[in-house]
Amino acid sequence: MNTRTQSRFGTPELLFMLSVGVLIVVVAFPMLLIFFNAFWVDGHFNVADVVRVLQRKETYEALLNSLILSGGVTVTGTIVGTFFAWLVTRTDLPFKKTMKLLFLVPFMLPAFIGALAWKMLLSPRAGYINRLFMDVLGFDGPLFDIYSYAGIILVETMYLFPFVFIQVSGALERMDPTLEESARISGADLFTITRKITIPLVLPSILSGALLIMLYSMAHFGTVAVLGVETGIYNIPVLIYEKIHQSAGSFDSIRTATVLATVLVLTAALIMWMQNRVLAKGKYQIIAGKSFRPTELKLRGLRIPMLILCIVYIGLTIVLPTVTIFLVGGLKTYGLSFTLENLTWANYNHILFEWDLTRDSIWNSISLGLASALITMFAGVIISYVIVKMKVRGKGFLEFLGMLPFSVPGSVIALGVILAWSGKFGINIYNTVWIILVAYIARYMAFSLKANSAALEQVHDSLVEAARASGASMAQALRDVVVPLVRPGMVAAFFLIFLPALRELTVSVLLYGPTTRTIGVAIYTLNEDGETVYSAALAGIALIIIVLGEVLIKRLVTQKNGA
Amino acid sequence: MASIEIKGISKQYAGRTILSDLSLELQDGECFTLLGPSGCGKTVLLRLIAGFEAPDSGRILIGGDVVADAASGEMLPPDKRSLGMVFQDYAVWPHMTVFDNVAYPLKLAGIAADELKRRALRIIDLVGLAHLDQRLPSQLSGGQQQRVALARALVSEPQILLLDEPLNNLDANLREEMRFEIKALQQKTGVTILYVTHDQEIALGIADRLAVMDEHGRLRQIGTPEEVYEHPVDDFVFRFLGIANFLPVRREADVLHVGNSSERWTGLPPDKPGNILTAGFRPSDVVLSRQGEGLPGTIRRASFLGAQFDYLIEIAGTLIRAALPSHECVARDLLFSEGDSCRISLATVQWFEGQIVAADKV
Repeated sequence: MNTRTQSRFGTPELLFMLSVGVLIVVVAFPMLLIFFNAFWVDGHFNVADVVRVLQRKETYEALLNSLILSGGVTVTGTIVGTFFAWLVTRTDLPFKKTMKLLFLVPFMLPAFIGALAWKMLLSPRAGYINRLFMDVLGFDGPLFDIYSYAGIILVETMYLFPFVFIQVSGALERMDPTLEESARISGADLFTITRKITIPLVLPSILSGALLIMLYSMAHFGTVAVLGVETGIYNIPVLIYEKIHQSAGSFDSIRTATVLATVLVLTAALIMWMQNRVLAKGKYQIIAGKSFRPTELKLRGLRIPMLILCIVYIGLTIVLPTVTIFLVGGLKTYGLSFTLENLTWANYNHILFEWDLTRDSIWNSISLGLASALITMFAGVIISYVIVKMKVRGKGFLEFLGMLPFSVPGSVIALGVILAWSGKFGINIYNTVWIILVAYIARYMAFSLKANSAALEQVHDSLVEAARASGASMAQALRDVVVPLVRPGMVAAFFLIFLPALRELTVSVLLYGPTTRTIGVAIYTLNEDGETVYSAALAGIALIIIVLGEVLIKRLVTQKNGA
Repeated sequence: MASIEIKGISKQYAGRTILSDLSLELQDGECFTLLGPSGCGKTVLLRLIAGFEAPDSGRILIGGDVVADAASGEMLPPDKRSLGMVFQDYAVWPHMTVFDNVAYPLKLAGIAADELKRRALRIIDLVGLAHLDQRLPSQLSGGQQQRVALARALVSEPQILLLDEPLNNLDANLREEMRFEIKALQQKTGVTILYVTHDQEIALGIADRLAVMDEHGRLRQIGTPEEVYEHPVDDFVFRFLGIANFLPVRREADVLHVGNSSERWTGLPPDKPGNILTAGFRPSDVVLSRQGEGLPGTIRRASFLGAQFDYLIEIAGTLIRAALPSHECVARDLLFSEGDSCRISLATVQWFEGQIVAADKV
C-alpha cells in the first residue's frame, strides 16, 4: 500500500477513526454507561451500594437461579451432546448421516418457542400430556411439572446440546484412529482405550462446547421467562427485564439492573476466558485437520435399540413441540382437544392479514433483520478491512471493540442502549424501532467481523498489488479484486445476522414500544396475556419463515462451494 | 524500453535499516538480475521501484522521469509507472479466468474489445497456455499459474518487467523451460527486466548483467555473469555463486604451506600479497590422481551421483569437495573408496587475503 500517506493523515487513518467512532458510539459507550450507572451514585464511586444491591433477596436469588439453571443445563447438555456425538461418529448406528443432520435441527429452532410448546404439553394443570394422564389414565397428579427447575433445564438442554454435539463430533471425526489402534495392539480393552485415550483427547472439545452452553444459558431469557413466571423462578436476564418494564424506569430499578448486568458481563467474560484457555491447551497435534475414517464400534444387539432411542429423542424434542405449536395455533379455543371440528385456519388468517399487532411484528422483524444485517455487513467489511489489511496503529483496540459484544449478553446490550439513547445525551429514540436497530447492530457486529475478516485474510496483499501493477487505481483494485473475493464472506455475514435477528427476543423484549413489537416479542407478550392460540399460530409462522431462511442459506452456500 | 536509475536509496522498517544509500542503474532493454540471500532486502528494492513502498531518502527514475523522490515527497503510484510485475506467489486472481486475468491490464488501459481479445490471446499463446484461456486458476498447475502471471505482466507491453522469484515454486524442468521463455520474450519485446532471486543458477543463466547483494542490503559486485563468476571481488560473492572450497595457505619465508601443516603448496602461486591467504575453488576445479604431482589427500566420503562422482577429501585437516565426471573416473581409474589416499591439483584458484572460515556444509 502507499506508505507515504502513513506518515500523514490519509485514508487509512480516516477509515480507522471512522471505524473506531462507529464502534465507540454503538458498542463501547452504552457498555461504559452500564458500569458507570452501577458504580457511580450521586457523583461518587460507591461499591458499598453495589454490595447492598447484591444482598437484596431478589438479586441474589436471581444470581443463584442463573447458576443452578445454567449449571444444570451445562451438565445435561454436555452428557446428551457427547453421547449422541459418539453415537453418530464412532458406532455402526444405522442412518448415521441423517441422524447427524437431525441433531443439528434444534439449533435453528428458537428455544422460547420450544418452551411455549412444552408449556402447552406439560404445564401442571392444562398441559395436554398431563391432562391425558390425569383425565384418561387416571393419574392423581400431573406426570411432570414443566414449571420447575428440572423443567426449565430439560427444555434448555433440548435446544442447547448441539453446541457440544458439533464440537465433539468434529473432534471425534478428526482424531487419528491409529492412536486407538496402537493402544489396542498394546493390549488395552475398549473400555480402557475410551477412558485413557479417547476421552482425554476429545476433552478440550467437550469442555469448550460445555462452556458455550453455559455462556448461552446464563444469558438466556426466553425459556426462563415463559416457564418460570408461574412459580417465580427467574434468572438475571428475566430480573433485568422485570426491573426495566415493571418499575417505570425509576432510578433504583435501573441501578439494580445495571448491577445485575455487570455481574452478567463479568461472568460471561470469565466463561470466555476459560474457553480460550481450554482451546489453547487443547490444540493437540493428534487431532489433525484431515479427515480420517475412524474405527467403528459394533453395537450388535444394541443397534436397533440405539436407533429407536435417537428417533424417540428427535421425535420428542423436534417433532412433538413443532406439531403442538401448529395444532394449538389452529385451535378455536385453547384447551380444546385436537379434533378436526376444533381446528380452524381462522387464527392464521387473523394474525397474518387482520390483526395489526401481529402483522406489524412480522413486518418489524423482517425489516429490522434486513436493515441490521445490511448495515452490519457493510460496516463489518470496512472495519475488517482496516483490521486485516491496513497498517495503522491501534488496530488491536479496534478488534477488541468489535469483538466485545460477542461475549456480552443481549439483555446487557439492550440495557446499555436504553441508558445511552433515551434522551440523556440529546437523542431520544426510546420506544421507536431505531433503538432496536442500534441494539441489533451492536449485538451482531462481532458476527460480521468474524465472517468478513476470515474472508479478507484469504485475499493476499499481492492480489491487490498485482492489480495496481496492472494499472488499476486503489478504487479499481478494490472493485475488481477485493470485493468479488470477499463477497461470499459478506453474504455469510448477512445471513448470520438476518436469521438470528428474525427470531430475536432477549434484546427486543427490553426495547419494544407499543408499535415496535418484533415477532419474538409478539409471541412472548401474547402468551403472557393468555392469548395462547394466537401466540402459537404466530410461533408457527415464525418457524416457517426461519426454516425457509435456513434452507435458502444452505442452497446459497452449497452453490458457492460447487462453483 | 526504459532505463531505471536508483540514486542513494535508503529504507527502514520498524527502526531496522534494510537498504542504505544504495545506487544502481539498469540500462534500457537489459535483463538485470539481483542476486542475494533471502531477507537481504532485494524484494524491498523491487517494491520501491514498483511504487508499493516509498524511499526514506534518495530518488528513483524510470526512463529519465522521477517516480519517487524522498526529498520532495514526490511519489508516482504503481498504476502510473507502466510496470509489469510477477509476484513470488503468482497473485493470479482466483475469481477470474485465465483470459480475464491476462486481459485485465488491457481493460484498464481502455483497449477496444477486438484488439483486447487479439492481444490477450496472442500473449496467452506465447506463454504456451493456448486453449486454457477459459480455465479458472484453481484448475491450473503451479507452473501454469506462473505463466498466467507472466502473460498478465507482459500483455500491456510495459516499459519494465519486475520479477520476484517467479520460478521458485516450479519443478526443475519447468524452471529451466520458463527461464528460456522469459529470456526469449525479453529479446522479442525489448522490455527492461529486473529479476530478483536467490538462485545463482537462474541468475547466471538469464542475466545480461547481475548484482550480488549481501544480507545487509549492500551491493557487493555488479557485472556480467562471466565477470562475476570468474572474478568475484570477495569471498561472499564467490561463495554465493556456487559450492565453494576454501583451503588456508600460509607464506613462510616465501615458501607456501597448506594450513598449519608442513605440507608444501604445489598449485598455482597466489596473485595476492600477505602471509595468511586462502585458496578458493569449485568442486569442478579439482583434478584428482592416484599418485604423482599434487597435494596429498584422503578420501573421506565417496558418493556416486550418476553423471558425476562427489568426493569429500581431507587435505591437511581441511575438508574439501571434488566433483568429477563419471566417465573420466572410469577411464582414468579414479574410483576411490573411503580411506584411499589421493593427489589433488587445481585447474583454477581464486585467491583471497586473510583466513576464511568455510561456512558451507561440506
